[in-house]
Amino acid sequence: MSVLAIVSLKNGQPTKGGLEAASYAAAYAKSLGTDAVALISGSIDGDGGLGATGVQRVLVHAGGITDSSQWAKLGAAAGLEIGADATVISHDHFGRAVGPRMAVRIGAGMVSGVTALPKSGLVRKNVFSGKAMADVAVKQAKAVYSVTPNAFGIASDGGVATTESFDAEVGAVREQVVSFHAASEDGQVPLPEADLVVSAGRGLKGPENWGIVEDLAQALGATTACSRPVSDIGWRPHHEHVGQTGITIRPNLYIAAGISGAIQHLAGVNQSKVIVVINTDPEAPFFKAADYGIVGDAFEVLPRLTAAVRALNS
Amino acid sequence: MKILVCVSQAPDTTSRIAFTEGGKVFESSGVQYIVNPYDEWYALVRGIELKESLGGSVTTVTVGSAACDPVIRKALAIGADDAVRLDVDPTDAMQVASLIAGYATDKGFDLILCGKETIDHNGSIVPAMVAEMMDWPFIALASKLEVNGRVASVQRESAGGTESVEVSLPLVLSAAKGMAEQRIPNMRGIMSARSKPLLVESGQAEPATEVQEFTLPPPKGACKIIPAEQAEELIRLLREEAKVI
Ligand SMILES: Cc1cc2nc3c(=O)[nH]c(=O)nc-3n(C[C@H](O)[C@H](O)[C@H](O)COP(=O)(O)OP(=O)(O)OC[C@H]3O[C@@H](n4cnc5c(N)ncnc54)[C@H](O)[C@@H]3O)c2cc1C
Repeated sequence: MSVLAIVSLKNGQPTKGGLEAASYAAAYAKSLGTDAVALISGSIDGDGGLGATGVQRVLVHAGGITDSSQWAKLGAAAGLEIGADATVISHDHFGRAVGPRMAVRIGAGMVSGVTALPKSGLVRKNVFSGKAMADVAVKQAKAVYSVTPNAFGIASDGGVATTESFDAEVGAVREQVVSFHAASEDGQVPLPEADLVVSAGRGLKGPENWGIVEDLAQALGATTACSRPVSDIGWRPHHEHVGQTGITIRPNLYIAAGISGAIQHLAGVNQSKVIVVINTDPEAPFFKAADYGIVGDAFEVLPRLTAAVRALNS
Repeated sequence: MKILVCVSQAPDTTSRIAFTEGGKVFESSGVQYIVNPYDEWYALVRGIELKESLGGSVTTVTVGSAACDPVIRKALAIGADDAVRLDVDPTDAMQVASLIAGYATDKGFDLILCGKETIDHNGSIVPAMVAEMMDWPFIALASKLEVNGRVASVQRESAGGTESVEVSLPLVLSAAKGMAEQRIPNMRGIMSARSKPLLVESGQAEPATEVQEFTLPPPKGACKIIPAEQAEELIRLLREEAKVI
């Protein structure tokens, strides 16, 4: 019995989701009185910081694979090797492809998007786009859990993990990665991974006014987002659209200026830890979902906030 | 091009979320069901566009009871050619995936398109499970799909941006924003949907997980209102009270 964390790499480093999966696996293993083992494919420096998350061993597969079916085979072989009953992976583009494939391959029950450690045979996840939570039981001997981004955090009080090479028969590559396009040229953290987000809606009145949004984001080191009508009319790029039909985010801080807070918008952002709403209309529905609010004109409030952040930083 | 689109029903986003029987059962009375938006807006419409440009057919598959028939008719009205309903009230992703893979095997499909997740259980599990069960390649969170002969060119989300991926058919894919634009069914579509074939098949598959209890999140504390002239105070609170910056 042990816990396996499947960790994807980006530029020779574990991804944020990978470190979260490793931290979750280590904490779960500790609660069971057993060890956690991380599996990577590719090469890393030392233990890649995985030991700090609390895992004891890192299995290094040299292949640098990305194909989902190859990963499922590799993960299944590693799980067998270490006798894992539980496998942990990130609930992102990587875990959504590899986790379910692996669950089928090893006959495990899968719970996706978990937000807390399993306790008394139940694990918690958010459902109905954050409007409810479910406690789920796995009915098989083996389980696969994918961890909701930014829900569990990255542990840093572990030690140094041992690394050992690991190989398995993974079959042929069928999904050929041809090229990569960075989400933004200006070095912003991509939205799905961002801790801080500054978002704006139709209340900004036109694309020419986005400078004040970008200024605040830049001062905070935040990523910019927008409501759907704003990306539909082409004021902002499509990848910034958050909400039910855009992307779902869970940052530590979500600042919304000139967004009314329609339920479809909230569905994508209501799991943010802290929500700040800036709106001229005190009756805007968004205030009901907010932690902090300013009833005021975004054109005046945003530059003030930017100045206050800059003053604090200097 | 023979395309299968997985279509689920989901409660409309504006529905009141409540549970009965000690948190075990979703309270569905008074709830308006819709086609799961990711299935409808992205997977189904892209499937129909590919059929229109390359020829072939679009079949939808739904795991569920007769209560799903209205959303299946909507999918037919948007432009699917025919539909299959696997008559099991689903409780888990493994069960749904087994039923879909069981139906799709040996039917000669080139593409199985799914939405990236349903908006009720937010699972995002079924698509990749179907791929593994069929031993087909899989692309998660795809925002673009072009098909050239037997090769699909796909754009998908990846760490820090997007990736272009090439993969030969047959293929399972989960669709996200960017894949297509919503289509509103026209009168002719709605009329013809009534007479399009909707085949009902029985099936059996075991769930691998079970929801023991649903709970509602604790009510959000009152929003702290800061006067507009004191924006600096908000920044102080974010650092010292909320500790997020
Ligand atoms: C099926 C479906 C799916 C949808 N999916 C999404 C989705 O994924 N994401 C999404 O965002 N929407 C989505 N929508 C649309 C959603 O219902 C709302 O229409 C949309 O979110 C509104 O965008 P908004 O808040 O920018 O604009 P509005 O609703 O027009 O709100 C603008 C707000 O700005 C305020 N304002 C105006 N001037 C100022 C000022 N100077 N300073 C400060 N505040 C000001 C106004 O008081 C108002 O509250 C969806 C709708 C449907 C039907």
